[in-house]
Amino acid sequence: MSRNLILGAVLSSLVLLAALMSFVWTPYDYAALDIPNKLQPPNAQHWFGTDHFGRDMFSMIMVGARTSIAVALVAVGIGMALGVPLGLTAAARKGSWLDEVIMRGNDLVFAFPSLVIAILITAVFGAGAINAIIAIGIFNIPVFARITRGAALSLWEREFILAARVSGKGAARISAEHILPNVANLLIVQGTIQFSLGILAEAGLSYVGLGAQPPTPSWGRMLADAQTMVSFAPHLALIPGLAIIVTVLGLNLLGDGLRDWLDPRIRVARA
Amino acid sequence: MLRYALKRLISLFISLVVASVVIFAVIEVAPGDPASFMLGVNAQEDTLAALRAELGLDGSKIQRYFNWVSGMLVGDFGTSYTYRTPVSQMIADRMWVSLPLALYALTLSTLIAFPAGIYAAARRGKPGDLTVMGATQLGIAVPNFWFAMMLVLIFAIKLRWFSAGGFAGWDKGVWTGLHSLTLPAIALALPQAAILARVMRSSLLDILGEDFMRTARAKGLSRRQALWRHGVRNALIPVLTIIGLQFSFLLAGSIIIEQVFYLPGLGRLVFQAISARDLIVVESVVMLLVFAVITVNFLVDLAYAGVDPRLRGRS
Amino acid sequence: MSLLQIDNLSLTIHETEILKRIRLRIDAGQIVAVTGESGSGKSMTALAVMRLLPNGAKADGAILLDGRNLLPLMESDMCALRGAEIGMVFQEPMTALNPVKTIGDQVIETILIHKAMPRAKAWARAQEVLTRVGLPPDRFPLSRYPHELSGGQRQRVVIAMAIALRPKLLIADEPTTALDVTTQAQILELLKGLAREYGMGLLMITHDLAVVADMADQIVVMRQGEVVERGATTDLLNNMQHPYTRMLFQASGHQVSLPDPPEPQPLLEVKNVIRDYRLPRKSLFGRSGHNRAVDEVSFTLNRGERLGLVGESGCGKSTLTKAILGLEETQSGDIRLDSQPVFSGHKPNPAVRRKMQVVFQDPYGSFNPRHRVARLITEPFHLLDTPPSGPERQDRIAEMLTAVGLRPDDAGKFIHEFSGGQRQRIAIARALIIRPELILFDEAVSALDVSVRAQILDLLAELCTTYNLTYLFISHDLSVVRTITDRVMVMQAGKIVEQGETEQVFSDPQHPYTRTLIDAAPVLPDIGTSVA
Repeated sequence: MSRNLILGAVLSSLVLLAALMSFVWTPYDYAALDIPNKLQPPNAQHWFGTDHFGRDMFSMIMVGARTSIAVALVAVGIGMALGVPLGLTAAARKGSWLDEVIMRGNDLVFAFPSLVIAILITAVFGAGAINAIIAIGIFNIPVFARITRGAALSLWEREFILAARVSGKGAARISAEHILPNVANLLIVQGTIQFSLGILAEAGLSYVGLGAQPPTPSWGRMLADAQTMVSFAPHLALIPGLAIIVTVLGLNLLGDGLRDWLDPRIRVARA
Repeated sequence: MLRYALKRLISLFISLVVASVVIFAVIEVAPGDPASFMLGVNAQEDTLAALRAELGLDGSKIQRYFNWVSGMLVGDFGTSYTYRTPVSQMIADRMWVSLPLALYALTLSTLIAFPAGIYAAARRGKPGDLTVMGATQLGIAVPNFWFAMMLVLIFAIKLRWFSAGGFAGWDKGVWTGLHSLTLPAIALALPQAAILARVMRSSLLDILGEDFMRTARAKGLSRRQALWRHGVRNALIPVLTIIGLQFSFLLAGSIIIEQVFYLPGLGRLVFQAISARDLIVVESVVMLLVFAVITVNFLVDLAYAGVDPRLRGRS
Repeated sequence: MSLLQIDNLSLTIHETEILKRIRLRIDAGQIVAVTGESGSGKSMTALAVMRLLPNGAKADGAILLDGRNLLPLMESDMCALRGAEIGMVFQEPMTALNPVKTIGDQVIETILIHKAMPRAKAWARAQEVLTRVGLPPDRFPLSRYPHELSGGQRQRVVIAMAIALRPKLLIADEPTTALDVTTQAQILELLKGLAREYGMGLLMITHDLAVVADMADQIVVMRQGEVVERGATTDLLNNMQHPYTRMLFQASGHQVSLPDPPEPQPLLEVKNVIRDYRLPRKSLFGRSGHNRAVDEVSFTLNRGERLGLVGESGCGKSTLTKAILGLEETQSGDIRLDSQPVFSGHKPNPAVRRKMQVVFQDPYGSFNPRHRVARLITEPFHLLDTPPSGPERQDRIAEMLTAVGLRPDDAGKFIHEFSGGQRQRIAIARALIIRPELILFDEAVSALDVSVRAQILDLLAELCTTYNLTYLFISHDLSVVRTITDRVMVMQAGKIVEQGETEQVFSDPQHPYTRTLIDAAPVLPDIGTSVA
């Protein structure tokens, strides 16, 4: 196992743990106002300091992790649940009109960056975490469809697939039995990467007010609130920023590490 | 070559049509009537009808779609519900901030990423490579709007080299304009440069393993000569794809970055429009963004043919 | 003094021993062939001379070119030598050229990189060498890109690049392995001619003993990083000292004896089969063209008969195979097995499918790496209405594994635990397990080393006796088809141009194309086998 994998796993599980922990325990009530103690820099009582309402930043970061992870995870789930079957179908029917429609549809969705989708949805239905999930999730669909199709296409050329066809197995069965298990590694790696992109996208959307709405804490909105105070209370901007960086960095390292670890070609070369 | 370009052009056209239908349909399902929103709940029915006619809101959906599209084709994007000014005028003003910002950032990102990626690939596994890769790993993880805030904190508030926000305008000279776009462009460019540098490196490393690189070495080219003469151009093919994709990220990113720097660009326009439920503005700006992304991808497809003779065909 | 002298060359890559005290000499104008099976270290020897070894390689000993030791030279000195004093030709012409540069640019680059002459003269020299290798500029302009040339033509470009500066030594690493026999014959002739004409030393790396015997002045036989035998070609062929050398030559010309086929009784009937592929449209609104891969093919395969199908790449034999297997529908014609059609309506006919199985070429790509052997070889059970289960299934697996020379407890292993030859045995077990009426062998022994190939051919002959196999053996390798089939068909450009009794066709070919094929195939001399 590589250093990347270990460091990535440690950082990601740290954030995950903080998020899970926040359900049962936070140092303070994240919503409790304490105006006399506002804008404190990090200290023994408030490890990450307090914001302009005197709320405990550490507690807010913990609960914010929950929001970020939930949004990104569900968005990856949407992308996988819809994208993978689409990619498998397109590969199984390579060159047919179905393949063409799926791939052109993919290209089209790629032309709508997730922020643009979010803007559209928000303009129509109003802002909220659900809309952020949908916007990021829709953008994930073509990512998974494309990567699944690409990997599946090269597998369809392999002789063990021909052997399965000679054994009378149909496209659906071959896709489930032979193709999917052999692209699973790739999907896991891409999943971690999309997860980290989801965290970034969620932060961006909440920063501009298109994500989770108050009072639900989110890292992006903490940064938006901090913007006017950055000159005299820089910790308000630094800490949520670092939280995002640690999470995304951890997930990316995990993805890279998993790729190296799961890729049999690389493992053989190392042996 | 001409056939290839024509084929791409047709697919560009189809994408635009489908995209416009999708955007129109989404805006159509929006609840509420803009006319009554603008005039308030107590408005008379005949005033409402007159306003709807003025805004082009009467007639069937199909009729309205064609009016909207044919209007855009001649540069008429309709009239803003809230400002009662032509949307095209509002967009044109803001475009002069957003588009230069995206291009500035794209240029910076490419200028940083290419040398960094090539350098890292040439020194694979050595300290130089590890440093570049570590930096890009960090660069990918940094949200650009947070990075922008840090740039403001350091270079505007502490060092006072740049203003913390706002746009000086192009009429005071190109340099003044560029100067006020520099921090936003850097904030946008660096995270993208990190991605691009990684793609450049891995693409080059793939190429370095190709048979023809060994052929080149057998001819007497040094490692470096082979890399530059045979590697870089072949490695450009996947890199171009990413540059195309990045353009859409940069456009989207610039919408967010404009919030940090209070730049009067498309991003601010669209957020103001959302809070005022000025849907015609939202619709037009979104269509414009999508149009830009699709067009850039078309140009990238053409650039492929420039790099890869296999796509040009025999003609 | 020899042109090239390798003394006690040892090589390790990441501490793994690759070469052990190799010695080798080449004189000017001499052709030396280094041969051996995979893993013998023959290609590494060639790369060591070029000093183009993979990372982590450490070489010991001496490689003397004109008396000058190459091993201690600086990288910049080696760059000056490569391409100028030593040229090299590689195995894969399809990938050996840069796809985004013209062939002219790539040939000229050899000249310009060594600053051998000004650009204008370099241009003329490039035209000259391209003409010499058989690509005259009036038919093959220098502005062509590699993708516009065939494999054989690309290999000629690679050769032109290697000889543009008339190096003293030319190294050719399996230069014809990826090419068809007729192209192979031309390229070998070209290399031989160049060596004689320019007085170049030619170091030829090849696994093909027939090529070796045909071309070389000297032969060096390697096994597992060691030279086991060397000598002048005729001497060595007449008097082989090392048992490994003898084994290699015997295995290369390995003969099997098949049981006599039963009375002719048709099993597979192919009538007037046509398979077209759509070509991309030439102009935007024009009609799309067609490529006729299989053109009015008709033949009959009798029960218990072993039929061969030979032809060069692109002749349509793979397409025909897929049509027979029911993997692709044909445009017209009729394929029947036991008088039932392979396709009923537009769907493959399951009743026919369960009577056919196939063994593919690639022992590595033929199996899902995530399944165990038991699951892999029982996959065809899917075709049966009532697949055996429980102990019956176990018995069938054990029986099949034993029949192909493996052990019943191999059933629990994963495919990566087996060698290439063992995998091909497992592929045969998979094909046999539902006792099909017909098996198709699609280049089934082409990827194997000669000694392994001989074993698999023996296994086939044995299975013919025990299971009364009927098969269609598709191959580009004439010598294999000659021994493993009763009847043979020769395919060219989608048509079957000749068919008949195997011995009859080989000893007295009627069609000119058959004659070309047989003449082009390098022949293993009889001497080698007679010694044993």
